[in-house]
Amino acid sequence: MALKRSTRRTLSRAVLYAVLLGVLLLVGLSADWATIRANFFAPAGIGNPFTGDWGTWPDLITVGVKNSLIYTVIAFGAGLVLGVVLALMRLSPVAAYRWIATAYIEFFRGLPVLLVVLVMAFGIPIAFNGWTPPGGTVGAGVVGLILVAAAYMAETIRAGIQAVPKGQTEAARSLGMSAGRTTVTVVLPQAFRIVIPPLTNEFVLLIKDTALLFVIGFAADQRELTTIARDFMASSETAGTATSLIQASILYLLITLPLTRLVSWLERKQQKAR
Amino acid sequence: MTTSVQATPAIQIRDLHKSFGSNQVLKGIDFHVDHGEVVCVIGPSGSGKSTLLRCVNQLEEPDSGQVLVEGVDVCDPETDLDAVRSRIGMVFQQFNLFPHMNVLRNLTVAQQKVKGRSKAEAAEVARANLEKVGLAGRENVYPAHLSGGQQQRVAIARALSMDPDMMLFDEPTSALDPELVGDVLEVMKTLAGEGMTMMVVTHEMGFAREVGDKLVFMDGGVIVEEGDPREVLSNPQHERTQAFLSKVL
Repeated sequence: MALKRSTRRTLSRAVLYAVLLGVLLLVGLSADWATIRANFFAPAGIGNPFTGDWGTWPDLITVGVKNSLIYTVIAFGAGLVLGVVLALMRLSPVAAYRWIATAYIEFFRGLPVLLVVLVMAFGIPIAFNGWTPPGGTVGAGVVGLILVAAAYMAETIRAGIQAVPKGQTEAARSLGMSAGRTTVTVVLPQAFRIVIPPLTNEFVLLIKDTALLFVIGFAADQRELTTIARDFMASSETAGTATSLIQASILYLLITLPLTRLVSWLERKQQKAR
Repeated sequence: MTTSVQATPAIQIRDLHKSFGSNQVLKGIDFHVDHGEVVCVIGPSGSGKSTLLRCVNQLEEPDSGQVLVEGVDVCDPETDLDAVRSRIGMVFQQFNLFPHMNVLRNLTVAQQKVKGRSKAEAAEVARANLEKVGLAGRENVYPAHLSGGQQQRVAIARALSMDPDMMLFDEPTSALDPELVGDVLEVMKTLAGEGMTMMVVTHEMGFAREVGDKLVFMDGGVIVEEGDPREVLSNPQHERTQAFLSKVL
Protein backbone atom coordinates (compact mmCIF):
# COMPACT_ATOMS: atom_id res chain seq x y z
CA MET A 1 0.00 0.00 0.00
CA ALA A 2 1.65 3.15 -1.16
CA LEU A 3 0.80 6.17 0.92
CA LYS A 4 2.04 9.71 0.50
CA ARG A 5 4.62 10.66 3.08
CA SER A 6 2.45 13.41 4.57
CA THR A 7 -0.52 11.06 4.86
CA ARG A 8 1.59 8.48 6.61
CA ARG A 9 2.84 11.07 9.10
CA THR A 10 -0.70 12.24 9.86
CA LEU A 11 -1.79 8.65 10.42
CA SER A 12 1.01 7.82 12.86
CA ARG A 13 0.26 11.00 14.82
CA ALA A 14 -3.39 9.99 15.05
CA VAL A 15 -2.43 6.57 16.39
CA LEU A 16 -0.18 8.13 19.09
CA TYR A 17 -2.96 10.47 20.24
CA ALA A 18 -5.45 7.59 20.28
CA VAL A 19 -3.18 5.53 22.54
CA LEU A 20 -2.73 8.46 24.94
CA LEU A 21 -6.46 9.09 25.06
CA GLY A 22 -7.11 5.38 25.68
CA VAL A 23 -4.69 5.25 28.62
CA LEU A 24 -6.15 8.42 30.16
CA LEU A 25 -9.68 7.07 29.80
CA LEU A 26 -8.69 3.74 31.33
CA VAL A 27 -7.06 5.42 34.35
CA GLY A 28 -9.84 7.97 34.70
CA LEU A 29 -12.61 5.37 34.64
CA SER A 30 -10.91 2.74 36.79
CA ALA A 31 -9.71 5.13 39.54
CA ASP A 32 -11.83 5.50 42.63
CA TRP A 33 -12.05 9.29 42.63
CA ALA A 34 -14.11 9.55 45.78
CA THR A 35 -11.49 7.64 47.79
CA ILE A 36 -8.61 9.58 46.26
CA ARG A 37 -10.29 12.87 47.11
CA ALA A 38 -11.06 11.76 50.66
CA ASN A 39 -7.51 10.57 51.35
CA PHE A 40 -5.34 13.02 49.43
CA PHE A 41 -7.48 16.14 49.11
CA ALA A 42 -9.67 16.08 52.21
CA PRO A 43 -11.89 19.20 52.15
CA ALA A 44 -11.14 19.84 55.82
CA GLY A 45 -7.51 20.45 54.89
CA ILE A 46 -7.75 21.90 51.40
CA GLY A 47 -10.56 24.22 52.43
CA ASN A 48 -12.65 26.29 50.06
CA PRO A 49 -11.53 29.86 49.37
CA PHE A 50 -15.02 30.78 48.10
CA THR A 51 -16.48 30.24 51.55
CA GLY A 52 -13.48 31.73 53.37
CA ASP A 53 -12.46 28.30 54.64
CA TRP A 54 -8.65 28.14 54.53
CA GLY A 55 -8.45 24.55 55.79
CA THR A 56 -5.10 23.70 57.38
CA TRP A 57 -3.04 25.94 55.06
CA PRO A 58 -2.41 28.75 57.58
CA ASP A 59 -0.62 26.47 60.05
CA LEU A 60 1.36 24.73 57.32
CA ILE A 61 2.54 28.05 55.96
CA THR A 62 3.09 30.18 59.08
CA VAL A 63 4.93 27.41 60.89
CA GLY A 64 6.16 24.87 58.32
CA VAL A 65 7.10 27.02 55.32
CA LYS A 66 8.42 29.77 57.56
CA ASN A 67 10.73 27.46 59.51
CA SER A 68 11.85 25.55 56.41
CA LEU A 69 12.88 28.85 54.81
CA ILE A 70 14.61 30.08 57.98
CA TYR A 71 16.64 26.85 58.25
CA THR A 72 17.46 27.00 54.54
CA VAL A 73 18.62 30.61 54.66
CA ILE A 74 20.79 29.99 57.74
CA ALA A 75 22.32 26.84 56.23
CA PHE A 76 22.89 28.58 52.89
CA GLY A 77 24.40 31.73 54.37
CA ALA A 78 26.74 29.99 56.77
CA GLY A 79 27.53 27.30 54.18
CA LEU A 80 28.41 30.00 51.65
CA VAL A 81 30.85 31.71 54.02
CA LEU A 82 32.48 28.39 54.93
CA GLY A 83 32.42 27.39 51.26
CA VAL A 84 34.32 30.52 50.21
CA VAL A 85 36.94 29.88 52.90
CA LEU A 86 37.31 26.26 51.77
CA ALA A 87 37.53 27.27 48.10
CA LEU A 88 40.29 29.79 48.88
CA MET A 89 42.07 27.14 50.95
CA ARG A 90 41.89 24.71 48.03
CA LEU A 91 43.60 27.29 45.83
CA SER A 92 46.11 28.31 48.49
CA PRO A 93 49.83 28.22 47.73
CA VAL A 94 50.25 26.59 51.16
CA ALA A 95 50.00 22.82 50.67
CA ALA A 96 48.64 22.11 54.17
CA TYR A 97 45.60 24.33 53.52
CA ARG A 98 44.96 22.55 50.24
CA TRP A 99 45.09 19.15 51.93
CA ILE A 100 42.76 20.15 54.75
CA ALA A 101 40.21 21.67 52.35
CA THR A 102 40.37 18.69 50.00
CA ALA A 103 39.96 16.25 52.87
CA TYR A 104 36.99 18.22 54.25
CA ILE A 105 35.25 18.42 50.87
CA GLU A 106 35.77 14.74 50.00
CA PHE A 107 34.68 13.69 53.51
CA PHE A 108 31.36 15.53 53.58
CA ARG A 109 30.49 14.91 49.94
CA GLY A 110 31.00 11.21 50.55
CA LEU A 111 28.49 10.91 53.41
CA PRO A 112 24.68 10.80 53.36
CA VAL A 113 23.34 14.18 54.52
CA LEU A 114 20.95 12.35 56.86
CA LEU A 115 23.87 10.71 58.65
CA VAL A 116 25.66 14.04 59.17
CA VAL A 117 22.46 15.59 60.55
CA LEU A 118 22.05 12.64 62.96
CA VAL A 119 25.64 12.86 64.16
CA MET A 120 25.38 16.59 64.77
CA ALA A 121 21.99 16.44 66.47
CA PHE A 122 22.56 13.39 68.67
CA GLY A 123 26.19 12.36 68.46
CA ILE A 124 27.74 15.70 69.42
CA PRO A 125 25.55 16.27 72.52
CA ILE A 126 26.37 12.74 73.71
CA ALA A 127 30.07 13.22 73.11
CA PHE A 128 30.20 16.62 74.80
CA ASN A 129 27.99 15.99 77.82
CA GLY A 130 24.82 17.47 76.43
CA TRP A 131 26.41 20.54 74.85
CA THR A 132 24.59 21.68 71.71
CA PRO A 133 25.18 24.52 69.24
CA PRO A 134 22.86 27.56 69.46
CA GLY A 135 19.25 26.63 68.75
CA GLY A 136 19.44 23.35 70.65
CA THR A 137 18.90 20.07 68.81
CA VAL A 138 17.42 21.84 65.78
CA GLY A 139 20.40 24.17 65.62
CA ALA A 140 22.68 21.13 65.75
CA GLY A 141 20.80 19.57 62.84
CA VAL A 142 21.14 22.79 60.85
CA VAL A 143 24.88 22.74 61.55
CA GLY A 144 24.90 19.34 59.84
CA LEU A 145 23.27 20.90 56.78
CA ILE A 146 25.80 23.76 56.87
CA LEU A 147 28.78 21.39 56.94
CA VAL A 148 27.56 19.43 53.93
CA ALA A 149 26.38 22.49 51.96
CA ALA A 150 29.78 24.15 52.47
CA ALA A 151 31.53 21.15 50.92
CA TYR A 152 29.42 21.30 47.77
CA MET A 153 29.52 25.08 47.51
CA ALA A 154 33.31 25.12 47.95
CA GLU A 155 33.74 23.09 44.77
CA THR A 156 31.33 25.34 42.86
CA ILE A 157 33.06 28.51 44.07
CA ARG A 158 36.50 27.11 43.31
CA ALA A 159 35.40 26.46 39.72
CA GLY A 160 34.08 30.03 39.55
CA ILE A 161 37.32 31.49 40.83
CA GLN A 162 39.30 29.48 38.30
CA ALA A 163 37.00 30.66 35.51
CA VAL A 164 38.07 34.28 36.09
CA PRO A 165 40.77 34.99 33.46
CA LYS A 166 44.36 35.15 34.73
CA GLY A 167 44.75 38.57 33.11
CA GLN A 168 42.36 40.02 35.70
CA THR A 169 44.68 39.06 38.53
CA GLU A 170 47.70 40.29 36.60
CA ALA A 171 46.05 43.66 35.91
CA ALA A 172 45.16 44.10 39.58
CA ARG A 173 48.59 43.04 40.83
CA SER A 174 50.37 45.30 38.32
CA LEU A 175 48.35 48.23 39.73
CA GLY A 176 49.96 47.45 43.09
CA MET A 177 47.07 45.61 44.73
CA SER A 178 48.06 42.92 47.21
CA ALA A 179 47.04 39.30 46.65
CA GLY A 180 44.26 39.55 49.24
CA ARG A 181 42.96 42.86 47.90
CA THR A 182 42.95 41.39 44.38
CA THR A 183 40.92 38.40 45.53
CA VAL A 184 38.32 40.51 47.32
CA THR A 185 38.01 43.37 44.82
CA VAL A 186 38.60 41.74 41.45
CA VAL A 187 38.39 37.93 41.53
CA LEU A 188 35.55 37.05 43.94
CA PRO A 189 32.96 39.50 42.52
CA GLN A 190 33.51 38.03 39.05
CA ALA A 191 33.58 34.46 40.38
CA PHE A 192 30.24 34.97 42.17
CA ARG A 193 28.62 36.28 39.03
CA ILE A 194 29.68 33.08 37.29
CA VAL A 195 28.39 30.78 40.05
CA ILE A 196 25.03 32.42 40.81
CA PRO A 197 23.09 29.77 38.82
CA PRO A 198 24.77 26.73 40.46
CA LEU A 199 24.50 28.40 43.88
CA THR A 200 20.77 28.95 43.34
CA ASN A 201 20.55 25.24 42.57
CA GLU A 202 22.31 24.56 45.85
CA PHE A 203 19.67 26.71 47.59
CA VAL A 204 16.92 24.56 46.06
CA LEU A 205 18.68 21.39 47.21
CA LEU A 206 18.93 22.83 50.72
CA ILE A 207 15.20 23.63 50.84
CA LYS A 208 14.54 19.97 50.16
CA ASP A 209 17.28 18.81 52.55
CA THR A 210 15.69 20.68 55.47
CA ALA A 211 13.08 17.90 55.33
CA LEU A 212 15.79 15.61 56.74
CA LEU A 213 15.59 17.56 60.00
CA PHE A 214 12.37 15.55 60.40
CA VAL A 215 14.41 12.84 62.15
CA ILE A 216 15.33 15.17 65.00
CA GLY A 217 11.97 15.80 66.64
CA PHE A 218 10.90 19.36 67.25
CA ALA A 219 9.15 21.67 69.62
CA ALA A 220 5.79 22.56 68.02
CA ASP A 221 6.76 26.02 66.82
CA GLN A 222 10.13 24.83 65.45
CA ARG A 223 8.66 22.28 63.02
CA GLU A 224 9.67 22.54 59.40
CA LEU A 225 7.24 21.77 56.60
CA THR A 226 7.70 18.00 56.27
CA THR A 227 7.56 17.47 60.05
CA ILE A 228 4.40 19.46 60.51
CA ALA A 229 2.79 17.71 57.53
CA ARG A 230 3.64 14.37 59.08
CA ASP A 231 2.20 15.51 62.43
CA PHE A 232 -1.02 16.58 60.73
CA MET A 233 -1.47 13.00 59.51
CA ALA A 234 -1.78 11.96 63.14
CA SER A 235 -3.67 14.83 64.66
CA SER A 236 -5.51 17.58 62.79
CA GLU A 237 -8.70 18.08 60.81
CA THR A 238 -7.16 15.85 58.15
CA ALA A 239 -5.85 13.17 60.51
CA GLY A 240 -5.85 9.69 59.04
CA THR A 241 -5.42 10.96 55.48
CA ALA A 242 -2.41 11.91 53.37
CA THR A 243 -3.86 15.34 52.62
CA SER A 244 -1.26 17.26 54.62
CA LEU A 245 1.56 15.53 52.69
CA ILE A 246 -0.01 16.60 49.39
CA GLN A 247 -0.36 20.13 50.73
CA ALA A 248 3.30 20.15 51.78
CA SER A 249 4.28 18.90 48.30
CA ILE A 250 2.36 21.75 46.71
CA LEU A 251 4.04 24.27 49.01
CA TYR A 252 7.54 22.90 48.28
CA LEU A 253 6.86 23.10 44.55
CA LEU A 254 5.59 26.67 44.84
CA ILE A 255 9.05 27.59 46.18
CA THR A 256 11.34 25.30 44.19
CA LEU A 257 9.79 25.52 40.71
CA PRO A 258 10.16 29.32 40.33
CA LEU A 259 13.75 29.03 41.56
CA THR A 260 14.68 26.31 39.07
CA ARG A 261 13.04 28.39 36.31
CA LEU A 262 15.13 31.34 37.52
CA VAL A 263 18.29 29.23 37.30
CA SER A 264 17.69 28.25 33.68
CA TRP A 265 16.84 31.87 32.83
CA LEU A 266 20.10 33.04 34.43
CA GLU A 267 22.04 30.36 32.58
CA ARG A 268 20.54 31.36 29.23
CA LYS A 269 21.37 35.00 30.00
CA GLN A 270 24.98 34.14 30.81
CA GLN A 271 25.26 32.06 27.65
CA LYS A 272 24.14 35.06 25.63
CA ALA A 273 26.46 37.49 27.42
CA ARG A 274 29.44 35.38 26.47
CA MET B 1 70.70 62.10 46.10
CA THR B 2 68.70 63.59 43.25
CA THR B 3 71.67 63.35 40.90
CA SER B 4 72.26 59.70 41.72
CA VAL B 5 68.60 58.88 40.98
CA GLN B 6 68.92 60.62 37.63
CA ALA B 7 72.10 58.67 36.89
CA THR B 8 70.39 55.38 37.73
CA PRO B 9 68.57 53.89 34.72
CA ALA B 10 64.78 53.54 35.08
CA ILE B 11 65.12 49.85 34.31
CA GLN B 12 68.37 47.89 34.48
CA ILE B 13 68.43 44.19 33.59
CA ARG B 14 71.51 42.04 34.12
CA ASP B 15 72.10 38.51 32.86
CA LEU B 16 68.45 37.53 33.07
CA HIS B 17 67.51 33.87 32.65
CA LYS B 18 64.03 32.36 32.62
CA SER B 19 62.72 28.90 31.72
CA PHE B 20 59.25 27.44 31.53
CA GLY B 21 59.91 23.77 32.26
CA SER B 22 62.58 22.66 29.83
CA ASN B 23 61.87 25.60 27.51
CA GLN B 24 64.55 28.27 27.97
CA VAL B 25 62.82 31.54 27.16
CA LEU B 26 65.43 34.09 28.27
CA LYS B 27 69.08 33.14 27.93
CA GLY B 28 71.01 35.96 29.53
CA ILE B 29 69.56 39.40 28.82
CA ASP B 30 71.52 42.59 29.57
CA PHE B 31 69.66 45.75 28.87
CA HIS B 32 68.59 49.08 30.29
CA VAL B 33 66.01 51.81 29.83
CA ASP B 34 66.95 55.37 30.78
CA HIS B 35 64.60 57.93 32.26
CA GLY B 36 62.41 59.51 29.60
CA GLU B 37 63.50 56.96 27.04
CA VAL B 38 61.11 55.03 24.75
CA VAL B 39 62.47 51.56 24.09
CA CYS B 40 60.70 49.30 21.61
CA VAL B 41 61.26 45.55 21.73
CA ILE B 42 60.55 43.59 18.54
CA GLY B 43 61.09 40.02 17.48
CA PRO B 44 59.30 36.89 16.27
CA SER B 45 56.70 35.29 18.55
CA GLY B 46 58.32 33.03 21.13
CA SER B 47 61.45 35.16 21.16
CA GLY B 48 60.92 35.98 24.85
CA LYS B 49 60.10 39.69 24.47
CA SER B 50 56.84 39.55 26.45
CA THR B 51 58.46 37.44 29.14
CA LEU B 52 61.25 40.02 29.43
CA LEU B 53 58.69 42.80 29.85
CA ARG B 54 56.74 40.79 32.45
CA CYS B 55 59.93 40.21 34.43
CA VAL B 56 60.23 43.96 34.99
CA ASN B 57 57.19 44.10 37.26
CA GLN B 58 57.59 40.47 38.35
CA LEU B 59 54.49 39.05 36.75
CA GLU B 60 57.10 36.45 35.83
CA GLU B 61 59.82 35.54 38.31
CA PRO B 62 63.18 35.14 36.60
CA ASP B 63 65.32 32.09 37.43
CA SER B 64 68.51 34.11 37.77
CA GLY B 65 69.88 37.55 37.05
CA GLN B 66 68.91 40.99 38.25
CA VAL B 67 66.07 43.38 37.53
CA LEU B 68 66.58 46.87 38.99
CA VAL B 69 63.75 49.38 38.81
CA GLU B 70 65.15 52.80 39.67
CA GLY B 71 67.96 51.02 41.42
CA VAL B 72 65.68 48.76 43.50
CA ASP B 73 66.19 45.03 43.04
CA VAL B 74 62.65 43.76 42.41
CA CYS B 75 63.73 40.10 42.64
CA ASP B 76 64.83 40.63 46.24
CA PRO B 77 62.21 39.04 48.53
CA GLU B 78 62.68 41.98 50.93
CA THR B 79 61.45 44.46 48.31
CA ASP B 80 57.88 45.73 48.70
CA LEU B 81 56.72 44.54 45.30
CA ASP B 82 53.26 46.11 45.55
CA ALA B 83 54.82 49.53 46.09
CA VAL B 84 57.15 49.09 43.10
CA ARG B 85 54.32 47.84 40.90
CA SER B 86 52.12 50.81 41.78
CA ARG B 87 54.78 53.04 40.18
CA ILE B 88 54.99 50.95 36.97
CA GLY B 89 52.03 51.25 34.63
CA MET B 90 51.27 48.10 32.64
CA VAL B 91 49.15 47.81 29.50
CA PHE B 92 48.19 44.34 28.28
CA GLN B 93 47.43 42.92 24.87
CA GLN B 94 43.97 41.84 26.07
CA PHE B 95 43.28 45.14 27.91
CA ASN B 96 42.25 43.28 31.10
CA LEU B 97 39.81 45.94 32.24
CA PHE B 98 37.66 44.87 35.20
CA PRO B 99 34.36 43.91 33.52
CA HIS B 100 32.27 44.25 36.70
CA MET B 101 33.23 47.90 37.19
CA ASN B 102 32.35 50.90 35.06
CA VAL B 103 35.07 52.96 33.42
CA LEU B 104 35.37 55.43 36.30
CA ARG B 105 35.64 52.65 38.90
CA ASN B 106 38.27 50.89 36.77
CA LEU B 107 40.34 54.06 37.01
CA THR B 108 39.71 54.88 40.68
CA VAL B 109 39.74 51.51 42.46
CA ALA B 110 43.53 51.13 42.70
CA GLN B 111 44.03 54.84 43.39
CA GLN B 112 41.81 54.51 46.46
CA LYS B 113 42.84 51.06 47.66
CA VAL B 114 46.56 51.29 46.90
CA LYS B 115 47.43 54.98 46.95
CA GLY B 116 44.86 55.83 49.60
CA ARG B 117 43.40 58.72 47.65
CA SER B 118 39.97 60.02 48.54
CA LYS B 119 37.08 59.14 46.26
CA ALA B 120 36.80 62.71 44.99
CA GLU B 121 40.50 63.07 44.37
CA ALA B 122 40.68 59.73 42.55
CA ALA B 123 37.70 60.67 40.37
CA GLU B 124 39.35 63.96 39.47
CA VAL B 125 42.58 62.23 38.41
CA ALA B 126 40.53 59.65 36.49
CA ARG B 127 38.57 62.30 34.58
CA ALA B 128 41.77 64.11 33.61
CA ASN B 129 43.27 60.90 32.25
CA LEU B 130 40.09 59.91 30.42
CA GLU B 131 40.20 63.28 28.74
CA LYS B 132 43.82 62.69 27.82
CA VAL B 133 42.99 59.41 26.01
CA GLY B 134 40.02 61.04 24.29
CA LEU B 135 37.26 59.32 26.23
CA ALA B 136 35.89 62.10 28.43
CA GLY B 137 32.25 61.51 29.31
CA ARG B 138 32.47 57.70 29.23
CA GLU B 139 32.81 57.37 33.02
CA ASN B 140 29.63 55.35 33.55
CA VAL B 141 29.99 52.93 30.65
CA TYR B 142 30.96 49.30 31.29
CA PRO B 143 33.95 47.91 29.37
CA ALA B 144 31.83 45.41 27.41
CA HIS B 145 30.10 48.34 25.69
CA LEU B 146 33.34 49.84 24.39
CA SER B 147 35.27 48.95 21.23
CA GLY B 148 38.66 47.27 21.60
CA GLY B 149 40.46 50.50 20.83
CA GLN B 150 38.43 52.38 23.44
CA GLN B 151 39.02 49.62 26.00
CA GLN B 152 42.76 49.81 25.43
CA ARG B 153 42.72 53.57 25.86
CA VAL B 154 40.77 53.17 29.12
CA ALA B 155 43.44 50.64 30.17
CA ILE B 156 46.14 53.22 29.46
CA ALA B 157 44.19 55.84 31.43
CA ARG B 158 43.84 53.34 34.31
CA ALA B 159 47.62 52.86 34.41
CA LEU B 160 48.25 56.61 34.15
CA SER B 161 45.89 57.32 37.04
CA MET B 162 48.45 55.78 39.39
CA ASP B 163 50.94 58.49 38.32
CA PRO B 164 53.50 55.90 37.26
CA ASP B 165 57.18 56.67 36.76
CA MET B 166 57.26 54.41 33.72
CA MET B 167 54.94 52.42 31.48
CA LEU B 168 55.20 48.88 30.14
CA PHE B 169 53.24 48.01 26.99
CA ASP B 170 52.79 44.33 26.09
CA GLU B 171 51.74 44.27 22.42
CA PRO B 172 49.08 46.92 23.09
CA THR B 173 47.66 46.95 19.56
CA SER B 174 47.94 43.26 18.60
CA ALA B 175 44.37 42.39 19.63
CA LEU B 176 42.82 45.39 17.84
CA ASP B 177 41.07 45.65 14.51
CA PRO B 178 43.39 47.51 12.10
CA GLU B 179 41.23 50.64 11.97
CA LEU B 180 41.39 50.99 15.77
CA VAL B 181 45.18 50.76 16.09
CA GLY B 182 45.78 54.40 15.16
CA ASP B 183 43.92 55.93 18.13
CA VAL B 184 45.89 53.85 20.62
CA LEU B 185 49.23 54.63 18.98
CA GLU B 186 48.30 58.31 18.99
CA VAL B 187 47.81 58.23 22.78
CA MET B 188 51.15 56.44 23.19
CA LYS B 189 52.86 59.07 21.03
CA THR B 190 51.45 61.84 23.21
CA LEU B 191 52.79 60.06 26.29
CA ALA B 192 56.23 59.70 24.74
CA GLY B 193 56.18 63.37 23.81
CA GLU B 194 55.53 64.24 27.46
CA GLY B 195 58.72 62.43 28.42
CA MET B 196 57.20 59.26 29.86
CA THR B 197 59.66 56.38 30.25
CA MET B 198 58.26 53.57 28.12
CA MET B 199 59.15 49.98 27.31
CA VAL B 200 57.02 48.76 24.42
CA VAL B 201 56.80 45.23 23.06
CA THR B 202 55.26 45.74 19.65
CA HIS B 203 54.90 44.73 16.04
CA GLU B 204 54.28 48.35 14.97
CA MET B 205 57.51 49.17 13.13
CA GLY B 206 56.16 52.59 12.13
CA PHE B 207 55.67 53.51 15.80
CA ALA B 208 59.14 52.22 16.69
CA ARG B 209 60.74 54.24 13.91
CA GLU B 210 58.83 57.43 14.64
CA VAL B 211 58.68 57.47 18.45
CA GLY B 212 61.32 55.05 19.73
CA ASP B 213 64.66 56.21 21.12
CA LYS B 214 66.02 52.70 21.06
CA LEU B 215 65.05 49.51 19.27
CA VAL B 216 65.83 46.05 20.62
CA PHE B 217 65.53 43.00 18.38
CA MET B 218 65.17 39.71 20.25
CA ASP B 219 65.25 36.18 18.88
CA GLY B 220 65.58 32.85 20.64
CA GLY B 221 65.82 34.35 24.12
CA VAL B 222 68.72 36.70 23.43
CA ILE B 223 69.08 40.30 22.28
CA VAL B 224 70.39 39.99 18.75
CA GLU B 225 70.72 43.65 17.93
CA GLU B 226 69.91 47.01 19.49
CA GLY B 227 70.38 50.62 18.56
CA ASP B 228 68.75 53.67 17.04
CA PRO B 229 65.41 52.51 15.56
CA ARG B 230 65.88 54.24 12.17
CA GLU B 231 69.37 52.76 11.94
CA VAL B 232 68.31 49.21 12.87
CA LEU B 233 65.19 49.22 10.70
CA SER B 234 66.81 50.59 7.55
CA ASN B 235 70.22 49.03 7.94
CA PRO B 236 70.10 45.89 10.11
CA GLN B 237 73.53 44.46 10.82
CA HIS B 238 72.67 40.93 11.89
CA GLU B 239 71.30 38.43 9.40
CA ARG B 240 68.54 37.25 11.81
CA THR B 241 67.37 40.87 12.09
CA GLN B 242 67.48 41.17 8.30
CA ALA B 243 65.46 37.96 7.87
CA PHE B 244 62.85 39.09 10.41
CA LEU B 245 62.49 42.59 9.01
CA SER B 246 62.22 41.35 5.44
CA LYS B 247 59.14 39.38 6.55
CA VAL B 248 57.36 42.12 8.48
CA LEU B 249 58.21 45.30 6.59
